[in-house]
Amino acid sequence: MDNFTVGVVVFPGSNCDRDVSWALEGCLGIRTKYLWHESSDLSNVDAIVLPGGFSYGDYLRCGAIARFSPLINALDEFVKSGKRVLGICNGFQILTESGFLPGALTANKNLNFICDDVELDIVSSKGGWFNNGDEKQTIKLPIAHGEGRYHCDSDTLKKLVDNELIALRYKNNPNGSSFDIAGITNEKGNVLGLMPHPERACEETIGGTDGLFTLKSLILK
Amino acid sequence: MDQFAVKVFVRLRPSVLDPAGEATKSASIKLGAEGIKSLRIGKMIEVKIEGNGENEVREKIDLLCDRLFANTVIEDYEYSLEKL
Repeated sequence: MDNFTVGVVVFPGSNCDRDVSWALEGCLGIRTKYLWHESSDLSNVDAIVLPGGFSYGDYLRCGAIARFSPLINALDEFVKSGKRVLGICNGFQILTESGFLPGALTANKNLNFICDDVELDIVSSKGGWFNNGDEKQTIKLPIAHGEGRYHCDSDTLKKLVDNELIALRYKNNPNGSSFDIAGITNEKGNVLGLMPHPERACEETIGGTDGLFTLKSLILK
Repeated sequence: MDQFAVKVFVRLRPSVLDPAGEATKSASIKLGAEGIKSLRIGKMIEVKIEGNGENEVREKIDLLCDRLFANTVIEDYEYSLEKL
């Protein structure tokens, strides 16, 4: 795995790209490479992280403009090849806007920008993104978002439940998300989108290490 | 080429909670306005566009609305079109 490289996408307005890179390189020794959003050459990376932030100023809707970048256009083939894509916060919003994941993320029920640590139940370990042992497990990760209320219609929700695509649920729903959803995967399991920030929970001195497993799982085949 | 002025209205679907609308409704009541039963906030987008006739322009606007202006998972849209 020495040459395994994770591409960290940088949009105008991304602000967690360096955090993700620090967590992967500094905490896990995984090589990273920044990918400017105008690049469509993904041949030199083995997995991709769409980091948090406010791509294109969140104009129109969160993630709505980013969806049309050359990089996101090239992502379809990357995902179809089975390579892993992790969308965190704004990255999750981009993945729903671009149709890689179902549903949409909209304004928090209480209209607050919520910056807090939250307890999350691991519902499914589809794709190996979470350490889901024999017993139901809970992890604690930070959230920081104003528009993290997951919404989908009832048919989509049924599909998510039936196919075990719900990865994480909030224990105490902070934002009004349908069915307490905090993170979902695609059917194949190689794409995960979540509102909490695993990259901000990779070092005991800054509050916890519950995010390490998910970032480390980027190198799974 | 004909030129058209288009006004696109994007609204949250009725089934989607609009917390900003609720907050504005609450402020409206505090202002003393009576009788407000519902208040929901949407977006209006003005576009000037040219094309060969109304049908061609409608096709372009439909595409823009469906793919960009609205996220049809949570929003509905409608538009009016005026030939300039």
